[in-house]
Amino acid sequence: MPAPRVLILHASGTNRDREAALACAAAGGSPEIVHMNRLLAGESRLQDYQMIVIPGGFSFGDDLGAGRLWAFDLGLHLREDMDAFVAAGKPVMGICNGFQTLVKAGYLPGPAPAQRASLTFNRQGHFECRWVRLRAGPSSVSLFTEGLQEDILCPVAHGEGRLALEDPEDMPRLLSGGLVPLRYVAAEDLRLMDVASAQVPVRAAAGYPANPNGSLADAAALCNAEGNVLGLMPHPEDHIDPLQHPRWARGAKGGLGLSLFANGVRAAARFL
Amino acid sequence: MDKRYRIEVIGRPGEAPAGYLQDDIRALGIQGVDRVERAALYFVAGELSVGDIETLCRALLVDPILQDVRWAEAHAAAPLPESAQRIEVGLLPGVTDTVADNIRARARDLGMHGLTDVATGESYTIWGRVSTAELRTLAERLLHNAVIQYYSLGQLEPHIGMPLRNVQPETESVPLRDLGDEGLLALSRSRTLSLDLAEMRAVQAYFRAEGREPTDVELESLAQTWSEHCVHKTFRARVTYRETIGADTTVEQIDGLLKTYLQAATRSINAPFVRSAFVDNAGIIAFGDHELSFKVETHNHPSALEPFGGANTGVGGVVRDIMGVSARPIANTDVLCFGPLDADPDTLANGVLHPRRIYNGVVHGVEDYGNKMGIPTVNGAIYFHPGYTANPLVYCGCAGIAPAGSHPRGAQAGDLVVVLGGRTGRDGLHGATFSSIELTDETGVTSGGAVQIGNPIAEKMTLDALLVARDAGLYSAITDCGAGGLSSAVSEMGEETGVLVQLDRVPLKYQGLSPWEIWLSEAQERMVIAVPQDNEAALRGICEARSVEMTVIGSFTGDGRLHLRYGEESVADLSMAFLHGGLPRRDLAAEWVAPSRSAPRVDDLAGRALAEALLGMLRDPNVRSKEDVVRRYDHEVQGGTVVKPLVGTRAHGPGDAAVIRPLDTAQGWAGFALGAAFNPAYGDVDPYAMAISAIDEAVRNVVSVGGDPDRTAILDNFCWGNPSYPDRLGSLVRALKGCYDGALHYRTPFISGKDSLNNEYIDTRTGHQVAIPPSLLISSIALLDDVRLACTADLKSEGSALYLVGSTAPELGGSLYEAQGYASGYPAPGLAKVGPQTARALHRAIRQRLVSACHDCSEGGLAIALAEMAMSGDLGAALHLSAVPVAKEHSAQDGWLLFSESNGRYLVEVAQENRPAFEACMNGLPCSAVGQILGSQTLVIYGVSDDEPLLTLPLALIEQAWRGHLPGAAPGEES
Repeated sequence: MPAPRVLILHASGTNRDREAALACAAAGGSPEIVHMNRLLAGESRLQDYQMIVIPGGFSFGDDLGAGRLWAFDLGLHLREDMDAFVAAGKPVMGICNGFQTLVKAGYLPGPAPAQRASLTFNRQGHFECRWVRLRAGPSSVSLFTEGLQEDILCPVAHGEGRLALEDPEDMPRLLSGGLVPLRYVAAEDLRLMDVASAQVPVRAAAGYPANPNGSLADAAALCNAEGNVLGLMPHPEDHIDPLQHPRWARGAKGGLGLSLFANGVRAAARFL
Repeated sequence: MDKRYRIEVIGRPGEAPAGYLQDDIRALGIQGVDRVERAALYFVAGELSVGDIETLCRALLVDPILQDVRWAEAHAAAPLPESAQRIEVGLLPGVTDTVADNIRARARDLGMHGLTDVATGESYTIWGRVSTAELRTLAERLLHNAVIQYYSLGQLEPHIGMPLRNVQPETESVPLRDLGDEGLLALSRSRTLSLDLAEMRAVQAYFRAEGREPTDVELESLAQTWSEHCVHKTFRARVTYRETIGADTTVEQIDGLLKTYLQAATRSINAPFVRSAFVDNAGIIAFGDHELSFKVETHNHPSALEPFGGANTGVGGVVRDIMGVSARPIANTDVLCFGPLDADPDTLANGVLHPRRIYNGVVHGVEDYGNKMGIPTVNGAIYFHPGYTANPLVYCGCAGIAPAGSHPRGAQAGDLVVVLGGRTGRDGLHGATFSSIELTDETGVTSGGAVQIGNPIAEKMTLDALLVARDAGLYSAITDCGAGGLSSAVSEMGEETGVLVQLDRVPLKYQGLSPWEIWLSEAQERMVIAVPQDNEAALRGICEARSVEMTVIGSFTGDGRLHLRYGEESVADLSMAFLHGGLPRRDLAAEWVAPSRSAPRVDDLAGRALAEALLGMLRDPNVRSKEDVVRRYDHEVQGGTVVKPLVGTRAHGPGDAAVIRPLDTAQGWAGFALGAAFNPAYGDVDPYAMAISAIDEAVRNVVSVGGDPDRTAILDNFCWGNPSYPDRLGSLVRALKGCYDGALHYRTPFISGKDSLNNEYIDTRTGHQVAIPPSLLISSIALLDDVRLACTADLKSEGSALYLVGSTAPELGGSLYEAQGYASGYPAPGLAKVGPQTARALHRAIRQRLVSACHDCSEGGLAIALAEMAMSGDLGAALHLSAVPVAKEHSAQDGWLLFSESNGRYLVEVAQENRPAFEACMNGLPCSAVGQILGSQTLVIYGVSDDEPLLTLPLALIEQAWRGHLPGAAPGEES
């Protein structure tokens, strides 16, 4: 069976596209990094792909707010194709700047085009790079977190990652609806982190720095009600090899981010 | 009819960025401010309807979840809350404004063709008891920088929609053939040429022979090409060096510092892995079927005037150096030096920004450029010293990777001169000559144009296009536009062939630049490549696909001349031979007198006094954790950071060096380590010892993480005072001698280097002159065949043995222990005689997996190294000073055994089962088991007498001391 084609979208200022492509390839997909200009010129079309990844970076330098200009361009030039892709149930994943873009284009929590959430400045007031622990919610409807047993360990690297909702009272609805597929968690005992996740008790609220940006309800990700669009601030594509683990020299392993990509590619294969 | 609108976008309560504004305001001594609200300002001009403005706001400017908006015609008074005051800040006309550019482009997409101009600004609404004088202080010292911005108390008058001053670009002839010496010097001063009399005379002689006066373009080209920054006159000069140590004085003639010391060391070592040293924009070493490049630059003067912009473009510049050797940038490094953050604002010299302002701006500038380009910042240091108050140092490094042999170096006659990337404006005019002079309190005013503004996204786009062009083999030579702009880049590239450039073809940000301004502009994010004519169309396709501007501005000729035209007019016609070879060599005098030292004295502390001393050293601003800064740099992007800047159980301890396994070669296990050593305190005792120690530490850094000492290359960066003073130059010569001896000792070739001289500050009102401490940075790059064998500094297992490798002597001169007042009179650390053999043996042991943890002993010596290893591993340790290897001539004493900073030493954890094999590896070298790893959370140190412990210290106290905030710096990182 051929590998599903994964479109890795590239805008001016995108910089984690190569890692996203490597992660998709490692998960069995056939990734292709495509510049927005090629889509706008009609040289490449969304419908030729089975999965889309909008990777991290600083599209347009975060001018006017992270992801805002990319969302504007998507909405103005590719709205119909994107709507059709999402409606077909094909997997779409936005990482960091890609998450910011999907939220500001209205795809998360959806339905587009109305913007119902945003991502804003970290509570600390500045960019931060550190490793976080992500745990899938038991009620997650996201196809990307299907069967996820182990926590994912991976870095965040952002300045605008705090989730804000049009109405903060909506959070319980998003949580119970399974639209917050991944949350930041803090291990209870910092000396007991690198064992099976089931044996790592976590605190009720993550707190800083486990929740690095102050997101409501420790939300690290959002998905749409149909479960095929996922956006997350952390970078699972930067933990696909055990040597990327911050404690590999202490013998620690596990927590790879690859499972999210594997689930996406598996779902994409249905559209071949 | 054109209208001008003012649009004010305000974050909803709780959504605006917190920032450090309130802290910074208090640091200015202004106490009455209760609250500050920040709003973004957009000014738009054109034939625009109310509907257009509403569309712009909704579609583009306002986030409906986070922000509110107010807009009105620009002349209408903006509402001001009762009892509040306002400061508004805008960018000066012509300053790069990417937000405005993006708005313009999107407005076109929306069909809003009537929009003619956009400008942006910031509005600060201030509540509290604040006088007008205080408001002015706030505006002038915190919220705005006169180099790039203007401000108003109250509503800002936008500069958009105004007719531009129509300046006719002109080239003038500058008469100098008939000038006397006084006249020549006056001309050099008035045009900021920074040329001395001999140089001006050489210029005069050339034009007398040509039988004409120079044009301003020619004069500026010569000044730039001959600037200290570009041609390193001091490092090429003949030097008479007089050295006095005690009663002995020796005098020697040195035929060029660069040649005699740095290049000679590299040539003599003749290392097979060096691919390019001192020739290209960066040093290059072999890396399997790839090559690694490494370059470290400084951007000190611009950072003193505009900290954010200076540091920002410092990073951008060194990244372009790597692009200039056809490589992909894969790691950044930075070493930053500031005055004390708690400096009393009233003690600052006129025109000097507060160290805190510089610190915040520089850190933000480094963060902004590296993060946005997607290059991990993996190694660095921050150093505080009062000597850096007026002259902060910003060392920016970048490493890159390219397939072997993919960097072409020969522009051919007939090739096109192509400019890629950013447009040219008045930015950075005179940067090359400006960085070659001393700062005064008026420099900010007279050299405002010398500061550049960065646009990392433009550079990233240019990089993406260039790598595709490289792989397609479309260019025959490449260099970046740095100091000296097109003048430097194009005339260097065309030195052999000659070149003809049509200056009116250079794409401009705005009209009105004179030809010499176009030629000299240091506008950022521009690369120059030589392109065979047949490849032009293919290159254009690549650039258009990535929205990168590319322009053919001329061609390489073959006639050996620099020929510039503007329209039909010839504005420069110089022989390349004179431009590049006509600079007269300088003759300089240098003198170094060894400072007299008092009789050696050291405190042997115990118990509480020792605990306090140790904790005080961990708390020292130069030692304590820089985690709050490290985490503001993305050190994970590109996915190759195998050993990260912070290590240990909770990623909270200091690493010795970063290890990178590039994605480009990720199918294999090869990687490389980046280290850096910087300790100006040794320079006060002896610059020779400073250089020896810096090389030793740079090697120890990379060896500690598993780097191969036999495949380690180093870079030198000298930041010094004015070399025309014999004492400044004398200490420079003394340091260079240390560089030569140290490099040969370790057989580590220099592959690249840079000097930044004239780091002095003259307060024109008091005449008081300040030079920085002699500051040598040695950066190292070492190869690892297998990154899976890399090692980290955190202790790993209870019960393991602790070994001290290397010999300890009472070398406390310039040490941290001395700085804290516990010692005086000792010499600074000298050459570690068996250092290279030790490093090699230790490397073998690490490769055989015999070493569980390794940390080098540097600032604070053995005691601090042990404290850091224990804290990082959450494991206690017992240390027996009686077992420390000591050279026979010294009688062991607790104080210096603990805190001496002797070179060539490593503290190593070895599991019990590996001890025989480890000891066999180290056979014949100074190495002893000095302790063991404890399960308890305490550090226990036994003295030479080895009876009662000198010290029992809980790890929690160590961590608290080391991880506390930087004094006066931004809070909020306690975890």
